[in-house]
Amino acid sequence: MNIQTQSKPQATLDDVLTDKSEYKYGFTTDVDSDIFRKGLDEDVIRALSEKKNEPKFMLDFRLKAYKKWLTMKSPTWPHVHYPPIDFQGISYYAAPKPKKKLESLDEVDPEILRTFDKLGIPLDEQKRLSNVAVDAVFDSVSVATTHKKKLMEHGIIFCSISEAVHEYPELVEEYLGSVVPIGDNFYAALNSAVFTDGSFVYIPPDTISPMELSTYFRINTEETGQFERTLIICAENSYVSYLEGCTAPQFDTNQLHAAVVELVTLDNAEIKYSTVQNWYAGDRETGKGGIYNFVTKRGKCLGKKSKISWTQVETGSAITWKYPSCILQGDQSVGEFYSVALTNGLMQADTGTKMIHIGKDTKSSIISKGISADKSSNAYRGLVKVNKGASNARNYSQCDSMLVGDQCSAHTFPYIESANSSANLEHEASTSKISEDQLFYFQSRGISRENAISAVINGFCKEVFKQLPMEFAVEAEKLLTLKLEDSVG
Amino acid sequence: MLEIKDLHAGSEDTEIIKGISLTVNKGEIHAIMGPNGSGKSTLSKILAGHHEYEVSSGSVTYNGKNLLDLEPEERALEGIFLGFQYPVEIPGVNNAEFLRMAYNAKRLHKGEDEVDPLDFDEILDEKMKMVEMDHKYKARFLNEGFSGGEKKKNEILQMAILEPKLAVLDETDSGLDIDALRIVANGVNNLINENNALILITHYQRLLDYIKPDYVHVLSKGKIIKSGDKGLALELEAQGYDWLTTTTN
Ligand SMILES: Nc1ncnc2c1ncn2[C@@H]1O[C@H](COP(=O)(O)OP(=O)(O)O)[C@@H](O)[C@H]1O
Ligand SMILES: [Mg+2]
Repeated sequence: MNIQTQSKPQATLDDVLTDKSEYKYGFTTDVDSDIFRKGLDEDVIRALSEKKNEPKFMLDFRLKAYKKWLTMKSPTWPHVHYPPIDFQGISYYAAPKPKKKLESLDEVDPEILRTFDKLGIPLDEQKRLSNVAVDAVFDSVSVATTHKKKLMEHGIIFCSISEAVHEYPELVEEYLGSVVPIGDNFYAALNSAVFTDGSFVYIPPDTISPMELSTYFRINTEETGQFERTLIICAENSYVSYLEGCTAPQFDTNQLHAAVVELVTLDNAEIKYSTVQNWYAGDRETGKGGIYNFVTKRGKCLGKKSKISWTQVETGSAITWKYPSCILQGDQSVGEFYSVALTNGLMQADTGTKMIHIGKDTKSSIISKGISADKSSNAYRGLVKVNKGASNARNYSQCDSMLVGDQCSAHTFPYIESANSSANLEHEASTSKISEDQLFYFQSRGISRENAISAVINGFCKEVFKQLPMEFAVEAEKLLTLKLEDSVG
Repeated sequence: MLEIKDLHAGSEDTEIIKGISLTVNKGEIHAIMGPNGSGKSTLSKILAGHHEYEVSSGSVTYNGKNLLDLEPEERALEGIFLGFQYPVEIPGVNNAEFLRMAYNAKRLHKGEDEVDPLDFDEILDEKMKMVEMDHKYKARFLNEGFSGGEKKKNEILQMAILEPKLAVLDETDSGLDIDALRIVANGVNNLINENNALILITHYQRLLDYIKPDYVHVLSKGKIIKSGDKGLALELEAQGYDWLTTTTN
């Protein structure tokens, strides 16, 4: 094997903190990491699989995906622009050392614990959030999963996907790639070939998860990609609410984040998946740096009367390209998509959803709120597809855009394909503006600008925020207000 | 209470206010009249602290403080209230919730506790009665789809809730039918007393039949060209502004 690993010197926390950065999460953590040389070929994939000591089915999965990927091209249809990505200029594996299996949190590098602490995600036993179990993914590797034991008492499996590959290979083999096939799209194929870690959840039948499960993603190393993979299976009559949060340090180069998330619900099961995404968006004036967030998220309502609900608050990344979707296969299944996407500076977002109605009496709803500020570009793209057999399908879509300033843009691309005449599809759209005069009105009544912005934004995003778990909603509100404070004018 | 001295102000390169001096004491009502475009709204927005306008010279003192140093919200908290000529619509923001935000901002500033929505609702009911406003406006979005008259009533409702020390009402009478005018004027009369002051900007003398000013000033092309008592308003009503503007030019 000719893959060497190298340790890379990095800026220390203090170096970065003294920098007058406006992006509060833009620091790196000084940990010794294990990084593959840059570039991608079959050897790299074999090395990666070997490093993770994977069973053969995983190596086969990866190699098949890699071969497929070689035949594919990156998509050109999204309403975003960026120079071609040099896939040979990326390192496909970065892990904090030591790589030995951690028995308890005490063995996690204290620097990493400090990082998550600073991000407001305490992992150590005393401070840990009592009603939220956290899987912390640092660069490509899951470093800690909390509350595991308590969950196990309910038969709930919550661990890193690497662990699941070893401990629950049958589940992984059955469901991995069953919602997002290997060759689904360029970035999904790449992810399938090289993903290093992510979270795995299995909720057994007749179980309501006693706490929220969450994964916190952190990209730390420059010039690595983050390719995480999440798989959540919710068995009959069960329920889980899952949260995902993300931040990254500030680098002048772009980093690629190409994740795949697959959700499966069996009869009567429900998954509620919430994301607050605040990856570094690049320099606000020059656009230099930032994360390319090219993510495939899809849920399959396999069982009848099952439900998948996506809620996302997207506030970061230089470019976002993401369409959390639902395949409504079971009769009477329900898909929901609630989204707030904020772009400012020179950010570009092309996001939305696909609702694929296959079963009878299936229902979907889409509430999308796009906020664009500065010189950013914000597009909603959504497809509602009703197959021939999907009688009595219903969809309600509402896409609202808010413009802040007059140099930004908002676009809406709603697509409808219906092959069944009994379908009932409704679509509404609106565009509004937040103006200096509105803020002045609040101020002239003694209300601060900050509170004014948050009142207007909350009013606009109300229907989405109320889907989020309480603490997340508060965070999301603060985040949006913070990002917009300088943009209104 | 308020002392404006030789104020020059404008937007970017254009000077709009060209040397205004005006003193307003506690317990006084001043009417400012003048033709369209003379700078009445600009003056009122400068007093409230709108960032669009820059003061190039002169001073504004309010209760001994340099008013121009204060942010708009600080001015409001110090007791200045501007009733807008064109209140802006704010979709998505609940009217009652907005009023409570404003009320609580004031309470916090005074070191008092915030009131919860239930307690505030009682306060609001009482104030709405005063301006004869229907309860359905509580749940509406702030000013959205309100008629001209409803917007103006909502302004006076805000004044009633905030109980300002100095209120500047910019053409609160325009767009009102005679009943609404009476209601709004009664509302304002109920709110003024020995301890506060009012600057009433108006185009028409008819409002002054209800609210009796102590002083009347005529503003033209960014300057006060004449000041007098209520009699001046009647003269203007009879003769228009021309006799004033031509004699001064
Ligand atoms: N922001 C601005 N920029 C440039 N000119 C302005 C601005 N605001 C007001 N003006 C001009 O200043 C003058 C006075 O306007 P305004 O104060 O609204 O008058 P009034 O309220 O007396 O009718 C008008 O000529 C108007 O066009
Ligand atoms: Mg005016």
